[in-house]
Amino acid sequence: MPKILEKYELAPKTHYIKVPAPLIAKHAKAGQFVIVRVGEHGERVPFTIADLDTQEGTITLVVQEVGKTSTAVGALKTGDEIQDILGPLGLASEVENFGKVILMGGGFGNAAIHLLAKALKKAGNQIITIIGARTKELLIMEKELRNVSNETIVMTDDGSYGRQGLVTQPLKELLESDKTITRVIAVGPIPMMRAVSETSRPFGVKTIVSVNPIMVDGTGMCGGCRVTVSGKTFFACVDGPEFDGHQVDFDELVKRTRMYKPSELHAMDQCRMESKIESLPKA
Amino acid sequence: MNPQDKLKIQRHEIPTQDPNIRRTNNNEVATGFDDKTAIEEAQRCLQCKKPFCMQGCPVAINIPNFLAEIAKGEFVRASQIIRDTNSLPAVCGRVCPQETQCEELCVLGKKGKSVAIGALERFAADYEREHTDMIITMDATPTHKKIAIIGSGPAGLTTAGYLAKLGHDVTIFEAFHEAGGVLIYGIPEFRLPKAIVRKEIQTLDKLGVQFAFNTLVGRTTTVDELFADGYKAILVAPGAGLPVFMHLPGENYCGIYSANEFLTRVNLMKAFRFPEYDTPVYCGKNVAIIGGGNTAMDAARTAIRMKPEAVYLVYRRTEQEMPARLEEIHHAKEEGIQFLELTSPVSYQGDENGWVKGMECIRMELGEPDSSGRRRPVPIPGSNFTLPIDTVVVAIGAKSNDLIMRTSHGMEVNKWGYLVVNPETQMTTRDGVFAGGDIASEEASVISAMGQGRRAGKAMHEYVMDK
Repeated sequence: MPKILEKYELAPKTHYIKVPAPLIAKHAKAGQFVIVRVGEHGERVPFTIADLDTQEGTITLVVQEVGKTSTAVGALKTGDEIQDILGPLGLASEVENFGKVILMGGGFGNAAIHLLAKALKKAGNQIITIIGARTKELLIMEKELRNVSNETIVMTDDGSYGRQGLVTQPLKELLESDKTITRVIAVGPIPMMRAVSETSRPFGVKTIVSVNPIMVDGTGMCGGCRVTVSGKTFFACVDGPEFDGHQVDFDELVKRTRMYKPSELHAMDQCRMESKIESLPKA
Repeated sequence: MNPQDKLKIQRHEIPTQDPNIRRTNNNEVATGFDDKTAIEEAQRCLQCKKPFCMQGCPVAINIPNFLAEIAKGEFVRASQIIRDTNSLPAVCGRVCPQETQCEELCVLGKKGKSVAIGALERFAADYEREHTDMIITMDATPTHKKIAIIGSGPAGLTTAGYLAKLGHDVTIFEAFHEAGGVLIYGIPEFRLPKAIVRKEIQTLDKLGVQFAFNTLVGRTTTVDELFADGYKAILVAPGAGLPVFMHLPGENYCGIYSANEFLTRVNLMKAFRFPEYDTPVYCGKNVAIIGGGNTAMDAARTAIRMKPEAVYLVYRRTEQEMPARLEEIHHAKEEGIQFLELTSPVSYQGDENGWVKGMECIRMELGEPDSSGRRRPVPIPGSNFTLPIDTVVVAIGAKSNDLIMRTSHGMEVNKWGYLVVNPETQMTTRDGVFAGGDIASEEASVISAMGQGRRAGKAMHEYVMDK
């Protein structure tokens, strides 16, 4: 079982985790993901590969606590073991010299676009990065992204850092003022990717989003991660996770992502109750 | 005992849990023979000089010999005879379609009822497992030839066992976190207890077979890289591939599963014990299973154990044309699955949250026979009706996943995407790469996959020894 080499909190409830995975590091490319299982009773959950080091044979995951598994990952410490890591899965991002590209991250998505930013830079692209967070303390990966971007725009909902507003505002301004932008790539929560796609649609600029539906095996076997793109069904795990944002059926994606919400809450409650019991002072 | 006396003994059927009780639990449906019944049943075997039964066994078990040992009360000896050619006897005794294999060819079946070979195979294997430490004798000299097996389902396990017994250095690469393939993720607990599968797989551990879990060949490594790492021969046996959907309007509503997903959640991920296990599964009040094969029966019977109000099995032909085993159909009916024959879904209706709430169906009638020899179902215009349902499991098969083939060179596929193999050796069009199970034959049964695995093992042994 892989032992966590390094783990720290990038922002509240958002964790940086480096694990040894030599074969994954050797084969992984930007845009791919891994399936992680925490503990023998754990669920299989996909996480984007945020960084890798082929020399060390390590990969980095950035995990935001949203469900039971991501919360359990968040509770792990350096030196703890992760039950299973399978990958790299999915198709790699398309990387070539597109010219001028806008990379957009929201929340944990800032980490997901990091590896892609490096690859696009290497391919000779000019990169404008737009990242956002609710508030300053939740903003992650700013320094790393600035290092690989020609220009970086930071947005916060409350104006506590950078510009106040949504990431779609500077996107719209850029698309209006600069006709040489050939591609927009967005990774983040579904509402953010949807808003980005709607903003770029009137400009006709190719927009790629990375979807993150519920998965089980991650190898194409179960079909749980069905996504409708251009009216056709695709499996995000083998045909994606990146798709044309102008063609993705976001309504369906949102609903399918919420499929287990009632049970998940139940599992979370159960899990909180157990940890409460454990943390009671011993009599 | 003389043949006249043997013929007087009636066939013993394997006892099963009462349908009304078993549909409320996950325990095994068939409970197995006791010692006395097993001996009596085995005594029915006429010990034919030319045993036709063996011709019906894809892994060539010496059936008369093991039956003779059971008749003598030598149960462990009987099990060892089976294990000479079959590394998964407790599995096969449970899931093989014996009625179309060994038992169909049994001479006794011509005038009366065949010997219950399957139930006796199961009995012997269970007896040895429960009463001994499963001693595995390994007398082969190590050959130090590295062999890679991709996939730990019935084909992969069989080839691995066969080659390990010959002294080869065998590693199985498995994408999941547990070995067994369809035996673990697909076939339900009540038909094949997972503890038994695990125990049989442990016999491969004892033979020195190595397991590399969480390894998806085509992504974590490739066939080309395995050869570069010193593997001399490779078996490609990754299993079922991609589930087939019908591409009907509304098929992506929440609550509509592929059989692979529904069964994997329940069996491998143990969703039936949620929230003790983290993986959930949804089973509503009215469940529709689409299909008529063994997988459809497994899904239907899994669903009914989650205590819905109704489970419908929707099939476009009639019961006579269903590919499922008769026994499975019979068990499903006993457990209260309602069969809707000559019916096919045409669309799904959903609620405002994207959950399926209804299934529009059309009635069918049987027309002329098609390429499979079965009469083709033809829709009856205007016969549409809507069934209120909130869970659907689509169990109409799978298609090939070409990941392994497209990430390494030289492995040709046929027009359906399955690997082209030499039927005698199971070798693909790439030298040293063999294939077995679903990837080489579309929908293989457990035992046909094992037969292929055995054939491949034999050819792989010859191949590496010639090198």
